[in-house]
Amino acid sequence: MITAPVTVPEREHYLNASYGLKSWLLTKDHKRIALLYLATITFFFFLGGLFAVMIRLELLTPQGDMVQSETYNKLFTMHGVNMVFFFLLPAIPATLGNFLVPLMIGARDLAFPKLNLASWYIFTIGGLFTLYALLSGGVDTGWTFYTPYSTTYSNSFVIATALGIFIAGFSSILTGLNFIVTIHRMRAPGLTWFRLPLFIWSHYAASLIMVLGTPVIAVTIVLLAAERAFHIGIFDPAIGGDPVLFQHLFWFYSHPAVYIMILPAMAVISELVAASARKRVYGYEFVAYASVAIAVFGFLVWGHHMFVSGQSVYAGLVFSVLSYLVAVPSAVKVFNWTATLHKGSIALETPMLYTFGFIGLFTIGGMTGLFVAALGLDVHVHDTYFVVAHFHYIMVGGTIMAYLGGLHFWWPKITGRMYPEILAKLSALVVFIGFNLTFFPQFILGYLGMPRRYHAYPDEFQVLNVMSTAGASILAVGYLLPMCYFIWSLRYGKIAPDNPWGAVGLEWQTLSPPPVENFDEIPIVTHEAYDYVSLPNGSVTPKKEANVR
Amino acid sequence: MSEQSLSEHSISTTSYYLVFLALMVGTALTTWIAYLDLGWLNTPVALGIACTKAMLVVLYFMHVKHGTKLTKIVAVSGIFWLLLLLGFTMADILTRGWLGFPGK
Ligand code: HEM
Ligand SMILES: [Cu+2]
Repeated sequence: MITAPVTVPEREHYLNASYGLKSWLLTKDHKRIALLYLATITFFFFLGGLFAVMIRLELLTPQGDMVQSETYNKLFTMHGVNMVFFFLLPAIPATLGNFLVPLMIGARDLAFPKLNLASWYIFTIGGLFTLYALLSGGVDTGWTFYTPYSTTYSNSFVIATALGIFIAGFSSILTGLNFIVTIHRMRAPGLTWFRLPLFIWSHYAASLIMVLGTPVIAVTIVLLAAERAFHIGIFDPAIGGDPVLFQHLFWFYSHPAVYIMILPAMAVISELVAASARKRVYGYEFVAYASVAIAVFGFLVWGHHMFVSGQSVYAGLVFSVLSYLVAVPSAVKVFNWTATLHKGSIALETPMLYTFGFIGLFTIGGMTGLFVAALGLDVHVHDTYFVVAHFHYIMVGGTIMAYLGGLHFWWPKITGRMYPEILAKLSALVVFIGFNLTFFPQFILGYLGMPRRYHAYPDEFQVLNVMSTAGASILAVGYLLPMCYFIWSLRYGKIAPDNPWGAVGLEWQTLSPPPVENFDEIPIVTHEAYDYVSLPNGSVTPKKEANVR
Repeated sequence: MSEQSLSEHSISTTSYYLVFLALMVGTALTTWIAYLDLGWLNTPVALGIACTKAMLVVLYFMHVKHGTKLTKIVAVSGIFWLLLLLGFTMADILTRGWLGFPGK
C-alpha cells in the first residue's frame, strides 16, 4: 500500500496559506476551526472509548472481578460524560457543520468568526476541567447526575465535572447562535430558504435547540452546585427540596439534546442519499419542516425518562402520548430517504454504505424508542439494558455512522485527498457487524431483566454478555481503521478532484481544498438543491479551467 | 437616519431614567412586601413585581420594543420556552396527589 508521497502542485488554499501553531490557534477561518474541533473531539472519543473497553471487559464474566463496584460506577459515568458532552453533542455540528455551513450557502465564513474560535477555546477549557476531575479521582453519579445522590451522598468530583459541562455548554450556545445568524443573513444571492440543502435545515433546527435548551442545563448545574456546596434546599427533601424537580430540569435539556445529536446526523444523511442516488430528496419540503418539527416537539416529551421516578401518572400519560407524536417527523425522514433511493442510480461508495447502516440502525433505535415510551412497558424495561441498547442504536448506530459517512464524503473537500476506497468499505462493514454484535444482545438482556449500571450479574446472562464484549472489540477495530487510513491519506492518498462525486452542492463548486475565502467569486444560485435533472454532471456554473489543475 | 440602526432611535435618555426609577421602585416594593403577610398572595405578588421589572429591562434596556420583528419573535420564543418548562413541570407537581396510594 505504501507508495511514494504524491506531491501537490502548489496552489494556495486554507491549509497552506499560513503555517505554524499560531496560525492555527489564532485562526478565524471556520474551516481551520472545524479541524481544531475534529482533533479535540477525536481525543475525547478515544478517551470515552477506553472507558467503554473497561466496562465491557468487566462484564465479560458474571462476577465483579476486574474492578470494585465504586470504580465501575466511575467507569460508566466517565464513559457517558465524555461521549455525550465532549464527543456526540459537538461531533457533527462543530466539525462538518462548521466546515460546511458557510460553503453550502455560498458565504466566506460564519457570521461571527471570532466567536467561533472562542467557542473552541471554551469547549477545550470545559474538557480540561472534566479531565481534571477524572485524573483526581473521577465521578460516580452516572452522566445524568440524579439527585439526591449527586448533591448529598456522592464523594466524588461532582462539582468539577459539572463545571466542565457547564463551560462546554457555552460553546454549544455560541455555535448555535453563529449558525442561526449565518443562515439568516449570509446566504448567497438567489439562495432562498427552499433552495437550501437539507443539511442546512437540519443544522438550523439543531441550532435552535442549542440556543433554547442549553441555558437550562447550565442553570440546573448551578443549582446542583449550590445545593452540594452551600446546602441550599432545592432538590434534597431533607432541606425542603424536590429530587424529581432535578429530573425535570435535567431532561428538559437532555431530551432535546439527543436531537442535537441526531438532527445533524440526519443532515449528513440527506446529503449522502441525494448525492448517491443522484436525485432530489423525495418530499424535500416535508423533510425540511420535519427537522423544525423535531426540534420543537422534542421539547415536549422529556417526562418519558421519568415514568417510574414518582412523577404523576397523569403527567406520564401526557408525555407518553407526546413521545409518540415526535416519532412522526422522524419517520417522515426515514420514509423520504428510502423513497429517494427508489429508482435512483445508486453509487455504492463508502459514504452510501454508512448511509444504509444509519437508516437501518436508526429505524431500530427509533422503533424501540416507542417501546420505552409506552407507559406500561417502560415499567418493565426502565433502567435495564434494553434502554442502553435503544440509545446506543441511535447514538452509535445513527450519529456515529452518519459522522463517519460524512467524514468520508467530504474528506476530499476537507483535505484535497481521497481515502482508500476498498479499505474504507471493509471498515464500514466491520463497524456494522461489530456494532450489531455489541448492542443487539443488549436488547435481549434488558428484556430478560438485566439492569444497567451493575458490574456483576447472574450466570445465565453470560453468553449474551460475551457476545457483546466480542462485538465491542470488533467495533473498536472498525473505528481505529478509518483513523489510520485517514491519517495515511493526508500524505499518500490520491489527489482529489474538486467534485469527486459529481454532486451539485455549492461546496463542490469550489476547489479542493477550498481557498481561504471559500470562493473566488460569490456564487449566484439559480437552482433548487439537488437539481440533478438540469445539472446532470453536478456542475452548477459552467466551469472555466477550475477542474484541471 | 440611514446610518442609524433600527434599535438606536426613539428611546430618549429621559425614558432610560424613568425605567431605572421604575425598577428601583419595584425593588423597594419587593422589600417592603417581604415584611407583610399577604397570605396566599405572597408568592404571586412577588413574582408579579419581578416579571414586570424583567419586562421593562427587556423592552427598554435591551431595545426589544423598537427592535425588528425577528428580534421580537426571538424574545417571545424565549419566554414561550420558559413557559413550556414551567407548565409541564407543574403538570406533574400539581397532579401528583390525584391518585391515592393504598395506605397513604
Ligand atoms: C424516536 C423517538 C424516540 C423516542 C420515542 C424515545 C423514547 C425514549 C424513552 C421513553 C426513554 C426512557 C427509557 C427509560 O429510561 O426507561 C429513552 C431513553 C433514552 N433515549 Fe430515546 N427516544 C427516541 C429517540 C432518541 C434519540 C434520537 C436519541 C439520541 C440521539 C435518544 C437517546 C436516548 C437516551 C440517551 C436515553 C437514555 C438516557 C438515560 O437514562 O441514560 N432517544 N428514549
Ligand atoms: Cu428522551
